[in-house]
Amino acid sequence: MKYEAVIGMEVHVELNTQSKVFCGCSTKFDAPANTNVCPICLGMPGVLPVINKRAVELSVAVGIALNCTISRWSKMDRKNYFYPDLAKNYQISQYDLPLCANGCLEIQVNGSTKRIGITRAHLEEDTARNTHTIGGGDSGVDFNRCGVPLLEIVTEPDIRSAEEAYAYLTSLKQILRYLDVSDCNMEEGSLRAEANISIRPVGSKEFGSKTEVKNVASFSGVQKAIDFEIARQQQVIEGGGQVVQETRGWDADKGITFSQRAKESAHDYRYFPEPDLVPLVVDEAWEAQIAATLPELPRARKARFVSQYQLSEYDSGVLTAERPMADYYETTVQCGVPAKPAANWIMGDLQALLTEHKLEIGACKVTPENLASMIALIEDGTISGKIAKDLLPELFATGKSAKALVEEKGLVQISDTSELEAVAREIIASNPGPVADFRGGKEKALGFLVGQMMKATKGKANPQMANDIIRKELAKTE
Amino acid sequence: MAKITKADVEYVAGLAQLTLDEATKERLVGEMGDILGYMDKLNELDTTGIEPTMHVLEMTNVFREDEVTPSLPRDAALMNAPKTDGEYFLVPRILDTE
Amino acid sequence: MSNSWYEKTALEIRDAVRAKKVSALEVTDSCLKRIEEVDGKLLAFIDVWADAARKQAQAVDAKIAAGKDPGPLAGVPIGVKDVLCTKEGTTTCCSKILKGYRSPFDATVIERLAEAGAVFPGKLNMDEFAMGSSTENSSIQRTRNPWNLDCVPGGSSGGSAAAVAGHECAVALGSDTGGSIRQPAACCGCVGIKPTYGRVSRYGLVAFASSLDQIGPFTKDVTDCALVMNTIFGRDPKDSTSADIPVPDFTKALTPAVKGLRLGLPKEYYTDALGAEMRDKIQAAIKVLESLGAEIVEVSLPHTDYAIATYYIICTAEASANLARFDGVRYGYRAPGVANVDEMYRKTKSEAYGHEVRRRIMLGTYVLSSGYYDAYYLKAQKVRSLIRRDFMDAFKQCDVIVTPTSPTPAFKIGEKTADPLEMYLSDIYTISVNLAGIPGLSMPCGLTASGLPAGLQIMAKPFDEETLLRVAYTYEQKRGFEMGMPAALRG
Repeated sequence: MKYEAVIGMEVHVELNTQSKVFCGCSTKFDAPANTNVCPICLGMPGVLPVINKRAVELSVAVGIALNCTISRWSKMDRKNYFYPDLAKNYQISQYDLPLCANGCLEIQVNGSTKRIGITRAHLEEDTARNTHTIGGGDSGVDFNRCGVPLLEIVTEPDIRSAEEAYAYLTSLKQILRYLDVSDCNMEEGSLRAEANISIRPVGSKEFGSKTEVKNVASFSGVQKAIDFEIARQQQVIEGGGQVVQETRGWDADKGITFSQRAKESAHDYRYFPEPDLVPLVVDEAWEAQIAATLPELPRARKARFVSQYQLSEYDSGVLTAERPMADYYETTVQCGVPAKPAANWIMGDLQALLTEHKLEIGACKVTPENLASMIALIEDGTISGKIAKDLLPELFATGKSAKALVEEKGLVQISDTSELEAVAREIIASNPGPVADFRGGKEKALGFLVGQMMKATKGKANPQMANDIIRKELAKTE
Repeated sequence: MAKITKADVEYVAGLAQLTLDEATKERLVGEMGDILGYMDKLNELDTTGIEPTMHVLEMTNVFREDEVTPSLPRDAALMNAPKTDGEYFLVPRILDTE
Repeated sequence: MSNSWYEKTALEIRDAVRAKKVSALEVTDSCLKRIEEVDGKLLAFIDVWADAARKQAQAVDAKIAAGKDPGPLAGVPIGVKDVLCTKEGTTTCCSKILKGYRSPFDATVIERLAEAGAVFPGKLNMDEFAMGSSTENSSIQRTRNPWNLDCVPGGSSGGSAAAVAGHECAVALGSDTGGSIRQPAACCGCVGIKPTYGRVSRYGLVAFASSLDQIGPFTKDVTDCALVMNTIFGRDPKDSTSADIPVPDFTKALTPAVKGLRLGLPKEYYTDALGAEMRDKIQAAIKVLESLGAEIVEVSLPHTDYAIATYYIICTAEASANLARFDGVRYGYRAPGVANVDEMYRKTKSEAYGHEVRRRIMLGTYVLSSGYYDAYYLKAQKVRSLIRRDFMDAFKQCDVIVTPTSPTPAFKIGEKTADPLEMYLSDIYTISVNLAGIPGLSMPCGLTASGLPAGLQIMAKPFDEETLLRVAYTYEQKRGFEMGMPAALRG
């Protein structure tokens, strides 16, 4: 029998507000344990939550970007369960009236587009961190993370393969980064992905028992874990067994999932409306105000790059992968340089430098204006492309302007005909062999002679002119 | 009439993280049965179309701005804890379930 | 003035202190001495802060000496129910689970009162986590009724009521979830108000049932009640449910004028469940107001019979979540010798909670649990809407509603502990006020034949505490008797 996988994703993303969702403590990631805490996020007796407006706005922004319906009226609820990472032994979350619902995200897999339904996106508070590395048989609890705003984004069971899940996660992360609502840093836990996986015979409409795979540290890990789970479930079913509905962890080293069975009663969460917080009303005006702050999203921007700048799909995709890179590119082009060379310089030499120095484009010392002026110098023949290639690392290291460096170093291209004619004559005189080869019909020898001219001028000769002039000189002295 | 069994009491005690001795369980079977039986009175009322009251105040959208305010000094945060190492709240080892 | 400072009202104290007729320190010392003398009998205070109170008094005196405004409650001793967070001393809700707990902050009401020049002599006894109607559920001690030491002071704010009635402090703070201010005020013969939900910040009030809880004062008379309301009412950005509604000067509402005001008498409250003696007391009080020109209207609150069931579903559900945090991790009691986290939770909670608290957590957990939410919790929330609607309809026909506070006067210690349902049913007249979110005040309307105070309850429209105070003040001025020193403390 052939099986198909039915997969739904739950992604938790920490929103990058300055302060926590219900108190004024900082959300900074790497503070010493239990220093970003106050009576409210420690759940001390007598405290009350007050919701951070920005957290609501960022949630709504994500909802709009994911084509969700924004609830005009929503509320917070208490989700009750006992665990040492919960300060109050309930989590303030949203149950039946999430801020955002019924959206979708389009992903590209193997060149085709697929729509993944977004069931809901709701706001809640993050939990504390438990560490098990403390001596003496105890676990330690650090409440710094407790109360950081968290958006849970849940898909419909529309995903059919590990590859699609990977594409969904990549695409979602790209949007979240574009919106600048989160760092989406899986290592720091600001993005966490869980997959609900089941399989069924192809053609069946019913769902099989699902397992939930949690605590995977990377997107490729999620992909591998799903592939493993699909194979495992198929083996169980084909062996005459039944898939047990359970939570499973992912062992990245062994490449396997493993059972993390929780108690049955742990799932009776006894949700009820949070009496300490009043309802949230996002009216049309507020939604429109938030929508107006949204940037152009990656898919739209990529399409525009193709049409507006006549770039290839591939180049447009690379340039729009991250919003700062796309912004950098567009600023460069807006300085008046042609689109294609700008794209080549950014994706080529500049990206290589960024990679080598492990820098984000935002930290790059070469401003878009400066890069544009360098490209303009090439375009108007002031410097050669070769010179520019040598120049860029210096711009990168120093942040100096291209013009200033060219003048300082005397790199202005030699476009003076008489000067180049003199050089050409010298090269012809001192290279009788290649000259004879050329005259004997070996066109290739011309390249060598032009190279010699470039060398003699320390690369400053205008390459096109050098080519033309040496050809003319060779013809003359024949 | 309500219908509380010892199994119900045990299930609820599990959710509430309470350990009850046999005598207390029996006592609660009786007391909770009486009280829940009394609460069944509400079934006399037809509440079709009635909105639940979650808040008596008709307030919405009470927010704070996204501003960082001072946290507690760590000593004060840990001051009341039964067990700490000066940095973390310490609890008996957590079994990796949820 | 002949009598001692501890016997004075808040108004008398603050006027004298501000006029430098007496120092805040002298008043505080008088009050501390009184506590020393009578609290052995009353057992109202669980912690007396003599040194801190004297320091606070000295600070008030220093302000006056420096020519600064010492505030509208300068030198007034205010006792604090142990459900309110204070940096001074401990905050335990009279539960073993919070024994020794020191709050890192003051409740908003404490901050406001301190700013107004109040002095805090200490913490007052209560039912554990404010769950009870007799203060017998305190893990610390059993407070006595100053009118009869064999009787309970009411609850859950029994310590606050006994302390004010016993003249241990001019004012005390309490909290009221289903009558926990009004019922003990009635039992002990003092004035107590549960403000409109949202009037007083709940920040720093250890939550029992968040959608019902309000803080309010116990005072010796209606004037003092207005005085304290002026200070503690008003929006607090730390409480999302605190209403942004202007706070009038309530002392201006204190005019003896009820002519033309309509007093609503809900027929569902005047039934056989109300004892004959109590009924006579209430009717006499109504007569006084009627003789001054108030109009009497019969009104109906048809869902009264469903209030107790509704209340105990909502309050236990909210409490089951509110009390979950007491788990032995960040503060409070932790059972010794536990091997894992689950055992820590279970042993800690089982060893430290009293039976009433355990029972309410069990009930609240049950009504929220899978399969029962709609039948109990959601149903109760809907009936709550009906109860609230009853009041809004009734207030179309009247300006205030006048009822007894409690069907009976204070009962004997130990009399009702056996049957929880019977104890719950005695809250019949007070809990609807919390469910509807409206203000309610209890004040004495005489003594029964056995010498125990009877309480008159006045309810008003949401945020109309002014009318409520006007009626209460008028009755107090014209009722023709003084409560005087409680019998058990005379001589």
